[in-house]
Amino acid sequence: MEITFEHVSHIYQPNTPFAFHALKDLSFHIPSGSYTAIIGHTGSGKSTLIQHLNGLLIPTEGRVKVGDFQLEPGKKNKHMKDLRKHVGVVFQYPEHQLFEETVKKDLMFGPLNFGTAETTIEKRIPEILEAVQLPEEVLDRSPFDLSGGQMRRVAIAGILMMDPNVLVLDEPTAGLDPGGRREMMDMFYNLHKEKEMTTILVTHSMEDAMKYADYVLIMNEGRLYMEGQPEEVLIQKKKLEAVGLDVPEMVEFLSMFEEKFGTKIPFHGQNIKELASDMLRVMKWGKCDE
Amino acid sequence: MNNLIIGQYVPGESMVHQLDPRTKITVIFFYVIVIFFANSFFSYFILAAFAFISAMLTRIPAGYIIRGLKPVWLLIVFTFLLHLFVTKEGDVLFRIFSFYVYSGALIQGFAISLRFFLLILMTSLLTLTTTPIAITDAIEDMLGPLKKVRFPVHELALMMSISLRFIPTLMQETEKISKAQASRGVDFRTGPIKDRIKAIVPLLVPLFVSAFKRAEELAMAMEARGYKGGEGRTKFRELQLSSRDYALFISFVFVLLLFWWARA
Ligand SMILES: Nc1ncnc2c1ncn2[C@@H]1O[C@H](COP(=O)(O)OP(=O)(O)O)[C@@H](O)[C@H]1O
Ligand SMILES: [Mg+2]
Repeated sequence: MEITFEHVSHIYQPNTPFAFHALKDLSFHIPSGSYTAIIGHTGSGKSTLIQHLNGLLIPTEGRVKVGDFQLEPGKKNKHMKDLRKHVGVVFQYPEHQLFEETVKKDLMFGPLNFGTAETTIEKRIPEILEAVQLPEEVLDRSPFDLSGGQMRRVAIAGILMMDPNVLVLDEPTAGLDPGGRREMMDMFYNLHKEKEMTTILVTHSMEDAMKYADYVLIMNEGRLYMEGQPEEVLIQKKKLEAVGLDVPEMVEFLSMFEEKFGTKIPFHGQNIKELASDMLRVMKWGKCDE
Repeated sequence: MNNLIIGQYVPGESMVHQLDPRTKITVIFFYVIVIFFANSFFSYFILAAFAFISAMLTRIPAGYIIRGLKPVWLLIVFTFLLHLFVTKEGDVLFRIFSFYVYSGALIQGFAISLRFFLLILMTSLLTLTTTPIAITDAIEDMLGPLKKVRFPVHELALMMSISLRFIPTLMQETEKISKAQASRGVDFRTGPIKDRIKAIVPLLVPLFVSAFKRAEELAMAMEARGYKGGEGRTKFRELQLSSRDYALFISFVFVLLLFWWARA
């Protein structure tokens, strides 16, 4: 489903001394089936933004369009439940939402709420478990007996069970170890490819944004600060550092390389191996071809 | 969670904010007692004037204070109507259906609702301008003498400040979890009562789990930092009366004298 923000502003607790302008005149477009990363300093409004995608928050100004659904200030949307079925949101620390006695019950909770037939749901379970790499044995255990990483997987599986068209991920790997992080990010990427899910990832990791996203939105103090393809946006060191963000390590490395050796290797999203052969070429012939 | 609690602290630098919490509690304590002795127009007028001037001095927008009192307006109106129909003193003014409304009832109704209103206004001024922690510190200090009779003042104050400290946290957590469950199709707002009660379970279970976890972590963190009860513990925020507090005490005594003189 494609997503469009038109001059969206959001004010928390309007008309009180606590009023806070969290989003300011935000406009952007996310095409269907794309993978978009949202990056920004803590408090820049990322979580506020994504809560507009499934109607948890309604803009105080402007309009949000998600597929055929529209969210506008003052208008009650009668199809909210439909919207939420289509847009799955994985919140930060999603394991906090687990509550059922068994993992299986928790997995079935979402789709049952949306009125999916029990037999259809049961058929989905093995596939989803495989996607999040959990063994079938966990199904009958209490989610509270699992390890932190497993609980996170169960919670994410609970969202995937709803079979959403849009998957929204709010810092899904916060608090995981590096190995677990990479596994989980690869898992989301595979799901995105296989199911052609429109994926929106909120992250602090420039590396992840560079590696997985087709498009990045950089937020600063509630405004859209930059947008574009990661290879174009994430190399603008000065502009990113001005809002407290770092460039990906690879870009940092290349800029230091240039400083030390006086030779520029252009960045075009190459991975470590490709970079190594680029460097080899520079060493041998004194310049990187192209 | 857009509906605010009555009298939630509003940070500020006003004169009232800077008063010692003990001063504010003492003044409000006596104000609350004295208001029950008001019995003439002028005595009400003096107390009301004191309350309104205090409210103005907090520099909190009047509209906000009034909106914060919204839940109690209904109660005040109800009190007024009750007195209007039940009191039978003075002359009959007019009749609504089979009820006679007496002049005494009208006056009584006004007086009692005003009393009620002033009570709530003054107490919410305390909580609007004082952090919960400052209130707890003040209570601990003022109950200090009870330690002599082995009343656990410090423990009580600690319990209070921990609960107060975690109210916003729990509210945030509630909001977060209810949003997460709403994203999984739980509907807290519409539908039959039975379904809405059932919708509470997915909210309460995670809340309790995290509250217990937090309590355990807090206890551990306190022990790790050497907490072993109130005995011999020094304070980071020492309460100290300033000239501002004395000024308020003096003017309050003056108000009380004026009030006593104005009583019928
Ligand atoms: N429920 C709320 N009420 C008031 N202010 C809020 C609320 N939620 C978030 N904010 C404020 O909005 C700003 C943006 O928050 P958030 O969207 O969570 O940022 P991010 O996810 O980028 O860290 C923060 O300054 C935060 O304090
Ligand atoms: Mg956030």
